[in-house]
Amino acid sequence: MSRAREGTRVPAPLLVPAALGAAFLVLPVLGLLVRTPWSQLATQLADPAVGEALRLSLVSATLATALSLVLGVPLAWVLARSRARGRSVLRALVTVPLVLPPVVGGVALFLVLGRQGIVGSWLDDAFGITIPFTTTAVVIAETFVAMPFLVISVEGALRAADARFEDVAATLGAGRWTTFRRVTLPLVAPGVAAGAVLCWARALGEFGATITFAGNFPGTTQTMPLAVYLALQRDPDAAIVLSVVLLAVSLATLLLLRDRWLGRTGAA
Amino acid sequence: MRVRALLVATVLALAGCGGSASSGGPGAPGDGGLTGTLTVFAAASLTDVFTELGGRLEDEHPRLDVRFSFAGSSALATQLTQGAPADVFASADEAQMSVVTDAGLADGEPQVFATNVLEIAVPRGNPAGITGLADFAREELALAVCAAEVPCGVAAGQVFTAAGVAARPDTLEEDVRAALTKVELGEVDAALVYASDVATAGGAVEGVTVPEAAQAVNHYPICVLADAPAPEAARAFVDLVLSDEGRAALADAGFQQP
Repeated sequence: MSRAREGTRVPAPLLVPAALGAAFLVLPVLGLLVRTPWSQLATQLADPAVGEALRLSLVSATLATALSLVLGVPLAWVLARSRARGRSVLRALVTVPLVLPPVVGGVALFLVLGRQGIVGSWLDDAFGITIPFTTTAVVIAETFVAMPFLVISVEGALRAADARFEDVAATLGAGRWTTFRRVTLPLVAPGVAAGAVLCWARALGEFGATITFAGNFPGTTQTMPLAVYLALQRDPDAAIVLSVVLLAVSLATLLLLRDRWLGRTGAA
Repeated sequence: MRVRALLVATVLALAGCGGSASSGGPGAPGDGGLTGTLTVFAAASLTDVFTELGGRLEDEHPRLDVRFSFAGSSALATQLTQGAPADVFASADEAQMSVVTDAGLADGEPQVFATNVLEIAVPRGNPAGITGLADFAREELALAVCAAEVPCGVAAGQVFTAAGVAARPDTLEEDVRAALTKVELGEVDAALVYASDVATAGGAVEGVTVPEAAQAVNHYPICVLADAPAPEAARAFVDLVLSDEGRAALADAGFQQP
């Protein structure tokens, strides 16, 4: 998020691929908008099931992002700053969910947290807690898939941050925890914010791990991507309308957050 | 750098999910054998038996490559109306076949080659003691039923209505194999799937037959597609499915004859 200098011209060799890249990303969305049967928009929005799926999507993606922040930022610090052996192995392992097909991720979650899973069977026996097919399962599936995006962003920001500020803080007598809170975290705040946005967006669009591990039931586990997929089976027009609704809500949220976030850094 | 490579790999992996395009030349019978690639879109419930029949066709015609895309019939019908290239479509019900025939994509009249009824699938040993449809009203059980958007869900709705059971499923699955997988993993106590799924599921799954299932018999139609890149091979496959050999394989897989 560096401020563009006045009069900076885009070098010609960058211009064409940049334009192609933008077109590649934007055109499918425009295609969706062109094909949208706008007359159906009101009917779909009035459908309580759509509102329910949308609310569930927003709530679970936000919870997944919060969980990712709580667990992912410390993990990123360990990956970026710790000198412990096996760090590169750990880094490779925590990015596995990025390359794992999400459906496989869902099955993997079953094997650990399912009723027959290693941890899940113990939870069931000891506390009578079963996770699959609940909203908790949706949040877990989304966190599993989305947290690596946050970890990678924050780790990158930590590596790019000037470690001398931390050294100075230490020489001035700040403890390691204080240094992390008062120096490191503010330093990498833009990276954390960018990572959180990536994480939230990925969680919002999550489909494969969710439908596998959490199942699909309106009100408890049916998020918008699941509703879109099932609508596609019966009524492609309805599916397009639902996709556009999801798109509009996520864009609006991101723009709103971006304004607030930029406003804050501008004031600081 | 490694991060970027990972992201690129992810994008490529995601991009690879959708397509199952048929390439290769038309299945022209050169020296009597079929060549090229045959692409069959078939309902998820046909996975095992069609894979076997495809293997037999490949044995007969060593230069022929038979590829399958197995998914919920509705998803396949949508893909076909959106222009997915395929040679054969086999649907788990007539409604989804008519989506394809109404779009003018079928070459000739589809033929019904099998029927299927619903059956309850339970994990080995039937830990929850499921005896019939009435158990689907028990809230304390973890239960899977197909979503109403796919054929097995439509059939499930009819069967529950016929039996007068107010089902309380925990999940509405996107296709019948997804429901079966959850039984195999032991994550649900019961799922309402096709008899054929139970027959081919192997040792991890047991079946509980449902008398009311006769109220909702699924008819499986098959057709060659009008724009088939390999029409000769497509007809050969459809003929094999409709032959005595095909019928025997379908019967072994738990299907009934129309």
